[in-house]
Parts: sequence; C-alpha cells; structure tokens
Amino acid sequence: MQLTNRSKLVVNKQMTFWERIYLPAILKGMATTLKHMIRLTFGKSNTLRYPEVTKEFAPVYRGWHVLKRDAQGRENCTACGLCAVACPAEAITMVAEERQKGEEHLYREEKYAAVYEINMLRCIFCGLCEEACPKEAIFLTDRIVPSDYVRQDFVFGKDMLVEKMDQRIDITVRQMQVKERVAAKVAQ
Amino acid sequence: MMYILLFDFAFILQKMGLIGVIFLITLTIAAYSTYGERKIAAFLQDRIGPDRAGPFGLLQPVADGVKMFMKEDFIPANANKGLFILAPGIFMFVACMTSAVIPWGTTLTLFGANIDLQVTDINIGILYIMGFVSLGVYGIMIGGWASNNKYSLYGAIRASSQMISYELAMGLSLIAIVMMTGTLSLRTMAEQQSGFQWNVLYQPLGFLIFFICALAECNRAPFDMAECETELIGGYHTEYGSMKLGFFLFAEYINMFVSCAVISTVFFGGYNFPGLDPSWLGGLMGPIVLFSKIFFFIFVFMWIRWTLPRFRYDQLMHLGWKGLIPLAIVNMLLTGAITLWLGK
Repeated sequence: MQLTNRSKLVVNKQMTFWERIYLPAILKGMATTLKHMIRLTFGKSNTLRYPEVTKEFAPVYRGWHVLKRDAQGRENCTACGLCAVACPAEAITMVAEERQKGEEHLYREEKYAAVYEINMLRCIFCGLCEEACPKEAIFLTDRIVPSDYVRQDFVFGKDMLVEKMDQRIDITVRQMQVKERVAAKVAQ
Repeated sequence: MMYILLFDFAFILQKMGLIGVIFLITLTIAAYSTYGERKIAAFLQDRIGPDRAGPFGLLQPVADGVKMFMKEDFIPANANKGLFILAPGIFMFVACMTSAVIPWGTTLTLFGANIDLQVTDINIGILYIMGFVSLGVYGIMIGGWASNNKYSLYGAIRASSQMISYELAMGLSLIAIVMMTGTLSLRTMAEQQSGFQWNVLYQPLGFLIFFICALAECNRAPFDMAECETELIGGYHTEYGSMKLGFFLFAEYINMFVSCAVISTVFFGGYNFPGLDPSWLGGLMGPIVLFSKIFFFIFVFMWIRWTLPRFRYDQLMHLGWKGLIPLAIVNMLLTGAITLWLGK
C-alpha cells in the first residue's frame, strides 16, 4: 500500500561516460556557485550587520517583565498574588506589606509587594501573568533577558523589574494585545 | 681579479634583492590569500565574510597573525619534540624554495641596471620544482608522525600516499610538455610561448591532468584528504597550535601560489599576453601579466574548493591510478608520435 508520493524507486544504474568523468557535473556546480557570487556582488545581501542594525522584534515578542508605575509614579502592583497563581512555571513569588502613612506617593493601593521576585530560569514567558493581573501592573516587554554566570543572579527582584521613572517603558501596544487576548478568552 | 670580485658583488646584491622582494611578495600573497579565501567563500555562499578589521576587513590577516603569535605554544607530552618543531619548518622552507626558478618577467630596467626577473635560470627548472614539491611530503609526514596522535598519523599517511600517486600523473603530463618544447628550463618555455602560442592550446588534456594533480598536491578540496576537518579534525596538524600551525597553513597558501605560478608559466604563456609586450613599463608589464594570471588561478582554486565536496579515499585513489595516470600516458604517447611525425 502506498501512503505518500514521496517514496522513490531505487535504481542501481551504471553511470554514463559523461557522469563518470565528473567534469560536466563539476562545471555545472561551479556555474551555480558563480551565479551566487555575482548576485551578491551586484545585488543586495541578506546579511543584517548586527551590532549596528538590529532586527525589529515581532509585536507579540514576550521578554523581560516590567512592573509598571502609574502616571504619578506610584507602583501599580497590589500584591494580590493572582500572577503567581496563574504562573504555570511557578516562577513568581512575592511578600505583601501594608502601606504606611506617608507612603501614598510610592504605592497606589493600600497593599503593596515588599518583595517581588521572578526566577527568569523558570519563567517560560507565556504571558499568563499579564493576563491575570487586575491592576495592569505586570507586562512582558521586548527587552532580552541578559545572560549571566550564576543561577542565583537570574532571580530578578524589584530592582530589576519595577520601571525606573527616568526610563519609562511604553507598553500601550502590549496593553491592547493583552486586553484583546483576555476578551477572546472570556468570549469562549 | 679586482674586477671579477666587483662584478660578483653587484650580481650577488642584485640577486639578494630579488630574492628578498620575491620572498616578501610571496608572504604577502599567502597572507592575503587567507583573506581572499574567506571573502570568496563567503561570496560564493551568499555571506559577507570578514569585514570588521579595517576597511572591508583588509587588516584581517594582520589580526590573524597577531592571534597566532599570542596563542600558547603547546607540545603534546608524548610527541617527538625535535621532529615536532622541525616539521612546520621543513614544510615552510620547501614551499618558499620552489619560487626560485619561476621567470617573473624578462628584464627589469631599474636605475640604469638590467635585472633579470628570475632568481636562477637553471636548465632543469621544472625538474627542480617537481623535486621540491615531493620534498614537501616530508613536512606533512614528519608533522603527523611526531604528533603521536592517530588522527594526525592518518592524515599524514593519506597525504603522502595521495601526493605520491598524483605526482606520477603530474610528472607524466609534464613529460608531454617537455617533449613538445624540448626544454626543461622554465625561462625557455616562457619565451617559446610569446604572443598567443600558449602550451595549453596544444596540450589541453595535459593541462587538465596537471591542474587536477596540482589541486591534489596542494592538499586542497576536493582532495583535502590530509586535513579532513570532518573526519580527522585537522589531520596532520591536529596537535599543532600557535605559529607552528600558522606555518603549516601559511605554507599551504604559498604552495598554492607557486603552483598557480607554475601553471601560468608552463601552460598559459607565463609573462606573455597577445598585444602586451613584457618589456613595456621598463619591464614591469611581464610581472603584471603573470600576476594577473596567477591571481586568476588562485581564484579558480578557491572557487573549486567552495563548490565541490571531498572525494572519498578510494575514489581518490581510483581517479589517480586508474584515471589520470593512463590518460597521462596516452597523452604522452600521442604527443611523442605527433612530434616524431612532424619531425620537429
């Protein structure tokens, strides 16, 4: 029984004289490589000169997480733990703390995350944490997680995750995508 | 007496200068062949190649040289130390020696003096080259043996048997040329091919055999049995590092340059080109023409290397002994018969 059309009949046929002296085949091969050389010399190369030019990321790329602040610079995260529950890789841990008087300019809600850690070696960058977050506090960005020598250094704390006020990270596109994804899941 | 001494001194100075210049040119060309090889390989494979060191990566050979010198000079514990050090030296020495008999041009007029553009015009030039080329096997063989490594030994044995088998066909194809031209001197051969009377037009088969054998003699793909990165992880120079490895690689490029020079001289008219008198520009036209031919053949060598896969070892021996040698003998007999018939 024939399942596909990919099978080929094997024939042990003798090579002809021209095949046996190799030369026509060699010249054909050399013509092919020369064609490539001419095309590269007078045409455009496909090579991207990496350090100077970087390839644009796909809009759905999911990289290094960011913990957002709001317009006044207060942390959005309220340490509800929904992201940690949603995380299939159990990469997120946090310790919640109550906001004290005089800290209103630091944290938006009455509760905040005193410790917030993501283990980047466990994280599978699925994006379920950003879907689970009710406060729009965590998002995955197009930044690549840097390489390191020690496993312990891949546990990113708040110093690596919370966005700095002088280098705010634009996540408007991401926000829309997450909303669409959540809406699609709710519709199901 | 005084007169003779004075004359000899000028003569020796002239020759020393010429040797120095040729040595320098050879080394420069060998260095830049590595750059050219990588560039051509890249272009044939739709890549860009080295372009970081200097404009277009032109300083790449310098960077490679510095790297080679800075590396740890390592000798394996059970290697034969003396031979291990000697081998790259032999290989390099032999490679440099072969360029002595090649006529680079007619005569160069410089500061009112006429300089013969050939280090020495011995009347057995081509035999001298064949002799030195076969000495090159010793460099590889000793290097592979002294490393005390099975892969190195494999590479060395393969290289030596390959070179011995292909030298036969090479010599036989050259005998046809010698019968036709009636001389062993490369200078006379070049002079006979003035204009467009190139030997390749009378000996196309001989050229083909010689060219294939030259590829095999230089250990270049598709005959790079001695190195075989995929099977023998470098073959005879597996255990070599630092500048010793550099010497081996460098000498291979020098060999390639010299064999291209021999092909150009013996088959493609040397410094002759129709319409271009080699004595133009004060004699510089000859070298320019010859070097253009050499560069073209170096390009062809690289072009072949980056097009063809390696021969299997039995195919290699099959081609050498059952293909090229009988063909070369037939070519030789035909040439002899025709020469007799024409009564030259």
